[in-house]
Amino acid sequence: MNINLTLIGQSITFLAFVWFCWRFVWPPLLGVMQEREQKIASGLEEAERASKDLELARRKAAEQLKEAKEQAAEIIDGANKRANQIIEEAKNAAEAEGDRLKAAAKAEIEQEVNRAKEQLRSRVATLAVAGAEKILSVNIDAQAHDDLIEKLAAEL
Amino acid sequence: MAGEAQTATGYIQHHLQNMVFGKLPAGYTRADGTVLSESTWTMAHSSQEAADMGFWAVHLDTLGWSIGLGLLFCFLFARAAKKASSDVPRGFQSFVELVTEFVDKLVKETFPHRNTMVAPMALTIFVWVFLMNLMDLVPVDWLPMAAAKISGNDHLFFKVVPTTDPNATLGMALAVFALMIFFSLREKGAIGFIKELTLHPFHTGKWYFDLLLIPFNFLLEAVSLIAKPISLGLRLFGNLYAGEMIFILIAIVFGVGVLGFIGAGLMHMGWAIFHVLVITLQAFVFMVLTTVYMAMAHHRDEEHEHDQ
Repeated sequence: MNINLTLIGQSITFLAFVWFCWRFVWPPLLGVMQEREQKIASGLEEAERASKDLELARRKAAEQLKEAKEQAAEIIDGANKRANQIIEEAKNAAEAEGDRLKAAAKAEIEQEVNRAKEQLRSRVATLAVAGAEKILSVNIDAQAHDDLIEKLAAEL
Repeated sequence: MAGEAQTATGYIQHHLQNMVFGKLPAGYTRADGTVLSESTWTMAHSSQEAADMGFWAVHLDTLGWSIGLGLLFCFLFARAAKKASSDVPRGFQSFVELVTEFVDKLVKETFPHRNTMVAPMALTIFVWVFLMNLMDLVPVDWLPMAAAKISGNDHLFFKVVPTTDPNATLGMALAVFALMIFFSLREKGAIGFIKELTLHPFHTGKWYFDLLLIPFNFLLEAVSLIAKPISLGLRLFGNLYAGEMIFILIAIVFGVGVLGFIGAGLMHMGWAIFHVLVITLQAFVFMVLTTVYMAMAHHRDEEHEHDQ
């Protein structure tokens, strides 16, 4: 219980241990702890940034999807229109072609009829003349032949 | 009864005596009757001898245990610091980091100045004082008896709790005091420090009044300054000494019959559980007060700089 040299010894011991801790224990320990703190902080920051990026990407993807859908709809619309147009055009062309063909056929028929008529007329005339010759060679009865010729001419 | 009381007293006294190595003067009659022809450095064989050695004596047990425990602290923490990495901390490293962070936070709160030494000092105090206090929880007879068996000397004095020795606690407080003075002088300069001691707490702003107040101020400031290390050291000593004393008293009860044995066992357990709190708290208080004193030493009263 006496106060003696131990007091001084303890003081020196105390200072020595404090010095040791100050030099060799505290700096590395705190350094490591701060390093870890920074690591965690940067990790959290990165995670936050990543989640933000994800959100952004998601929004972008949705936008692009919408755009693509719109574009597809537009294309389909255009295609439909074009198809209708083509059908219309084809119809018109076919009609025109039909009309043209019909007209040509009619004209040809007309021509053929006219030609036939012409032929017929010339043949009838020849026939009439031959008939007349025959009748003439046999008996000429002007009155009777007149009627006949007239009948023939009316038939033509 | 008288004999029993005698042995009980003897037991207590034996437990409260340190192992002393010191200088005995020439012509001194030793405990065994021999007379020294000249002054010698020797082990004290009785409390009387230890007392007669005066200042020139060393408590080997106190210094031995405190240095041993200090080395244990240094070894464990230095190893943890060396192995430490910023990866996930495991096992002992996380414990060390927990303590370090706790101390660091506390010091940052109480010590707002720039000094890299204060936080490590607080850590050293906390862990070291805690370890020394922890020796109090080792049953009082174990280590002294083991030491007696090993040395072959049945009357070997051996105190295992350094903080129950006022030399140890006051020694640490003295070192803290020296650091206080050192940092005060470094931060404020000799003039600033003297001004702090003489122009405080009473201060009028008129130099002739202040001159009259100097002796009064100095008395108050000196007392409060000196009271700091003394209260710091004695608080720790008093708490641990009282705790140790009660453990010794309980240990005596162990010898009093079967009932005494059971009762003492329960008492010992109760007191030990309570004491876990005390030893931690005292280590914490010592650390906090040291940090506060360091902060005071660094604190510059700006108001005083402009006076005069």
